[in-house]
Amino acid sequence: MPRHTSHPFHDVCIVGIHNTEQARVLEGHDSRSITRAAGYGAVADAGLTMRDIDGIVGQTGSDLLYEARIGPIWRSMSGLGIPALLDAIGAITNGLATTVLIAAGSAGIYTDRASTAPWTRPAHEFVAPFGMFTAAEFALIARRHMEMYGTTAEALATVAATIRNNGHVHPDAVYRGRGPFTVQDVLDSRMVADPFHLLDCSMTAEGGCALVLTTAERARDLAHDPVYVLGGNTDHFGPAYQHPPAWDLGGNVRPDLVAGTVGRRAAEMSFAMCGLGPDDVDVCEFYDPFSFEIIRQFEAFGFCGPGEGGDFVLDGNIGPGERFPVTTDGGLMSFSHGGAVVQLLQRVIRGVQQLRHECVTMQVLDAEVAMCSGGGAGALFNDVLLLGRTHP
Amino acid sequence: MTMLEPQTTAVPAPHPSIVSEPYWDGLRRHELMFQRCGACNGITHTPSPVCAHCLAEDLTWERSAGTGTIYSWTMVWRPQTPAFEVPYCPVIVDVDEGWQILSNLIGIDTDDVAVGLRVAVEFHPIADGFVLPYFRPVEGGRP
Repeated sequence: MPRHTSHPFHDVCIVGIHNTEQARVLEGHDSRSITRAAGYGAVADAGLTMRDIDGIVGQTGSDLLYEARIGPIWRSMSGLGIPALLDAIGAITNGLATTVLIAAGSAGIYTDRASTAPWTRPAHEFVAPFGMFTAAEFALIARRHMEMYGTTAEALATVAATIRNNGHVHPDAVYRGRGPFTVQDVLDSRMVADPFHLLDCSMTAEGGCALVLTTAERARDLAHDPVYVLGGNTDHFGPAYQHPPAWDLGGNVRPDLVAGTVGRRAAEMSFAMCGLGPDDVDVCEFYDPFSFEIIRQFEAFGFCGPGEGGDFVLDGNIGPGERFPVTTDGGLMSFSHGGAVVQLLQRVIRGVQQLRHECVTMQVLDAEVAMCSGGGAGALFNDVLLLGRTHP
Repeated sequence: MTMLEPQTTAVPAPHPSIVSEPYWDGLRRHELMFQRCGACNGITHTPSPVCAHCLAEDLTWERSAGTGTIYSWTMVWRPQTPAFEVPYCPVIVDVDEGWQILSNLIGIDTDDVAVGLRVAVEFHPIADGFVLPYFRPVEGGRP
């Protein structure tokens, strides 16, 4: 694997990870308690104690900092997901902190089951009166792609069946044992927001997760083989779920990059940081809020050309043992969607598990490079993180 | 086959900002308004304090002819909240003056919705004195 590009990110490693129990409803937990379980789990996984933590990310993470009385330390207000990792990585490379804990958890938030989950339907004057929620927002993006390129419902269903089958066999997935699913099963499930059937959509759940990052130097002495940050960035077009989610929403500065291709700039910059490209990626831990988003990300990230994503997923590229296995724990569709932001970190956690070669199911043989993502075009943002098993 | 109808008045009312108030005021008069830039002639929507094209703070409100073409659509069968009756059809409309609006399509069978359909605005009152701009296919408007 040729790597000729140096970047300060390469001196930061992920050394601790933890997923708590994930469930549709976690009895006896609230967001603070499940975040605590996640945070302490990741610190223990790293072979550290809370006293080793000198940086923390997130609102509920801040509760941990107070409870453990480990202040004064560095803290980021990041909204979690890959941007939280980029904040932590920046703080470590700049010397603001050495060992950073990123913790997230959510429980007891979604109680009105007659409505879609609260995080799917932020109240805004230009969307709420028209009955919009995340499935409809992402459907408007998918429909436009189908119209432009002839992308089929079968291609979308192929993604959903693949990811759901990854979760079906995963012992910790919320929907373990619910499958296996065929493409026809997905197409036969009831329609939620055309073209998305129920099984094209992610679930709602509760859970927590956390990661610990530190310097490559410190990482050498810790419990696990470190996983190196190779590159990462984020693409945003503005606030999610307020404005029409048009594929062609563009900018004045880079008119070639539109909302439908969000993530391309971030992916190109991430690959440039380490001198790699899509062909160097061994496992694709892509964010899967809706089946179409996987197709779109393979195009946006440069794995195939514009409009080719449908054929790409139909041509035997994304399943177990194939060239670019996708979302190998079952993702948001089957592993968990633990509230508003927990799942935004879990693609990275799975990428770390793949590069540690410790996956109980769907381990990609000799995986060296993982690409993780968050967000999607319906939300007008897409984040990218590239991870490696060895120092570049 | 289900005919798409307007929602009842129970759907959530908007909470306008100081920038968007003229837009909602226009709808109360059954006028669909958009902002045009005095500096570059470009159109900006959703309502903004600055032109989305040249950033000039020289936007004036103009009345739209209210006609356009379906750019993208979805058919919702699981409602956002129980206030909504399914099915309903969120759409993005390419409005003829050259801007895009998010709305709901009405007055057509669910099986007949398509990108390229010609549509025109139709005004429907909801709670708190607000009026929503829905869109309905025009005669002979099949793509």
